[in-house]
Amino acid sequence: MSDTGTSFSFYSAQEHHPENGTMLGFWLYLMSDCLIFACLFAVYAVLGRNYAGGPTGAEIFDLPAVALNTSLLLVSSITYGFAMLSMNRNALRTTLFWLAITGLLGAGFVTLELREFLHLIEEGAGPQRSAFLSSFFTLVGTHGLHVAFGIVWLLTLMVQIGRHKLIPSNRRRLMCLSMFWHFLDVVWIGVFTVVYLMGVLP
Amino acid sequence: MDSVLGRLSWDAIPLHEPILMGTFVGVVLGGLGVLALITYFRFWGALWRDWITSIDHKKIGIMYVILGLVMLLRGFSDAIMMRAQQAISFGSSAGFLPPHHYDQVFTAHGVIMIFFVAMPLVTGLMNFVVPLQIGARDVAFPFLNNFSFWMTASGAALVMMSLFVGEFARTGWLAYPPLSGIAYSPDVGVDYYIWSLQIAGVGTLLSGINLIATIVKMRAPGMSLMKMPIFTWTALCTNVLIVAAFPVLTAVLALLSLDRMVGTHFFTNELGGNAMMYVNLIWIWGHPEVYILILPAFGVFSEIVSTFSGKRLFGYASMVYATVVITILSYLVWLHHFFTMGSGASVNSFFGITTMIISIPTGAKIFNWLFTMYHGRIRFELPMLWTVGFMFTFTIGGMTGVLLAVPPADFSLHNSLFLVAHFHNVIIGGVLFGMLAGITYWFPKAFGFKLDPFWGKCSFWFWLTGFWLAFTPLYVLGLMGVTRRLSHFDDPDLRIWFEIAACGAALIFIGIACFIVQLVVSIRHRSRLRDLTGDPWNGRTLEWSTASPPPAYNFAFTPIVHDNDAWAHMKQHQHARPQQGFIPIHMPRNTGAGFALATLSALFGFSMIWHMWAIGGACFALLLGTVIVHTFNYDRDYYVPADAVNRIELARTRQLTGHV
Repeated sequence: MSDTGTSFSFYSAQEHHPENGTMLGFWLYLMSDCLIFACLFAVYAVLGRNYAGGPTGAEIFDLPAVALNTSLLLVSSITYGFAMLSMNRNALRTTLFWLAITGLLGAGFVTLELREFLHLIEEGAGPQRSAFLSSFFTLVGTHGLHVAFGIVWLLTLMVQIGRHKLIPSNRRRLMCLSMFWHFLDVVWIGVFTVVYLMGVLP
Repeated sequence: MDSVLGRLSWDAIPLHEPILMGTFVGVVLGGLGVLALITYFRFWGALWRDWITSIDHKKIGIMYVILGLVMLLRGFSDAIMMRAQQAISFGSSAGFLPPHHYDQVFTAHGVIMIFFVAMPLVTGLMNFVVPLQIGARDVAFPFLNNFSFWMTASGAALVMMSLFVGEFARTGWLAYPPLSGIAYSPDVGVDYYIWSLQIAGVGTLLSGINLIATIVKMRAPGMSLMKMPIFTWTALCTNVLIVAAFPVLTAVLALLSLDRMVGTHFFTNELGGNAMMYVNLIWIWGHPEVYILILPAFGVFSEIVSTFSGKRLFGYASMVYATVVITILSYLVWLHHFFTMGSGASVNSFFGITTMIISIPTGAKIFNWLFTMYHGRIRFELPMLWTVGFMFTFTIGGMTGVLLAVPPADFSLHNSLFLVAHFHNVIIGGVLFGMLAGITYWFPKAFGFKLDPFWGKCSFWFWLTGFWLAFTPLYVLGLMGVTRRLSHFDDPDLRIWFEIAACGAALIFIGIACFIVQLVVSIRHRSRLRDLTGDPWNGRTLEWSTASPPPAYNFAFTPIVHDNDAWAHMKQHQHARPQQGFIPIHMPRNTGAGFALATLSALFGFSMIWHMWAIGGACFALLLGTVIVHTFNYDRDYYVPADAVNRIELARTRQLTGHV
């Protein structure tokens, strides 16, 4: 391109379609959400051993139950992956089937987590007992809240897919939820390691 | 406690406070007057269709700026009350503000000026200018844009409500615990603080994501990153900072509200809580926040200096690198806000040095502006005056900042009026001057006529002299050891400085009055100030290539960019404006969903503040329901038919030829 020529074309005569920004935007949202979790992890790292004379992680964590919970969530990520594969094959009914399985696994996860919380509160190890328990309930609870919202989103999307089939905007929505769901899975691996596994260490 | 109304009762209305009741009557009468005028001019329909539900980035930008200017009046009345109180409250005189009221005033002043004046002005300018500068038709997510604006407005509404129902926080603008905890602030003040910032914060975060996606994905063909106008670059960096910083604020405020509502122990004095955790986290948001505000102002000045010197910006690439370096460094300095925490010499040195390093890219920018002016044909129009005023004021503010960055010096200056003078020096001299410069510069683009220069110059000179008269005494007092946030003094020797500062505030008051007069005079004389060319300043970037005000679709044909300063390049090469062959234009459709969601959020926040659990639960369910219903709307866009485009562009052709 030289500056001497005067024959620049300054306007595009056809319709200019900028790239769709939804995926980028959703990634940005996920990263901002990731920062919220980062803060909660940091708070847990600082306060997680402030037992204030109350129970410690080793005393209250029921690792087998948490392992079961973890496997539910990990498997739900795989089943969501199956749903996406079916979507790519344009198989509407299989997509819905795998989404339903994913939702059930997610619901199982939330139920088990709520049971754990209720059990702890009954034992007098509620979030008000110590800074450790405050940060434990908040970190784990925030994750659980995300999964619960994910389930509501998943149900909404299933209705929308049933109604409008696998049109491009529904595919985009499924893709966003997929990223959200796997993101929560990754965060949970962090929670499982930092809170539960490291928490039972002496 | 009432099961429906929670903590809310008639006692929450401050009937015994004459200042508040007077304000309340004024606001009610003013509000009724506005409603009556809207009804009289039958403006309700147009208001709903063209503004409230509008997803047009230009209108949303204008609404942000209006919100910022209205809130500036509120924040400034707080400032005037503080300056008056400190000037008279000596010895036996207690002044006119009791301590519990004074504490609310300085808290509200800080919160409002940062979150509801500076942020809306910055976001408003970015919203209006960025899509035009990059040759786009709107932002990436037009509905989210409307929603973001109304969330910000809802947050502002909650702060305003605290004036007449209940009270505001008495903690200072960052609400440090344990003072802001339930034990020492059992009233609703801190809850108003938390919920208004949480609601406005959602809006800020979403608009940050929106503008990044817009800048990354929607630039005109040919506009590579290093051909982007500098304002767009600073907007990109600012929005990256928003997305990377605001979640921290959301998290830390959520933890504070858990402490207050659930009884957890994050920041309390007992059972293992750690208040310094809050201070660290809130400044990890808070320091990037000041760069979120100043970077777009740097962008505005860059555009103005280059336009009014009639030259390409000196050192474009170094300007971009300086901006990016500031963006990164802004995360490495937060601890300089509390050197006195006692983290030890090594940690304090690290943060002191990183803080001083920031002055290097900032200084590079100042030199770039100076060298742009050097050998330029400078036109000292209003935006340029603000820019020169900024360069003078901000440089001094920057130098006092470097003083504060030295940890041993900070130990004696910490929490003093020297600090107060420093940050007003950079925020007024930098952000506010920048926003006023930007408003003056882009006003003709938004409305098709310039602002009256005479009243603008009056406003500028009163602001500049008023600023120095108001804040130089605070530097002096700070060096004498006077701490901030005091409502009463015993030492009569200090009084003269506070009286001088009060005179400075009075000059700023005149400056603001002149700005309002300027708006009124300009609107009345708009035919004399009219600009038909769309390019009143001989601008250099794409926003000046379209009509003023631009059509809804901004550009009939997407421009193709070949060089920095695309519009200057087009003018230099005698481009021909296309006058035929128009095609239908794909545009997003207006929606009322954003307004509805934000209104419900404000109601939800209000219920949480007053512990009205039943109403809050209902609001939350409605909120969720509205979101879900909104996602069932797939019909979100339409085409502007080719003959409508043709009609609009023909009118513009007539305007241009009639003008020449």
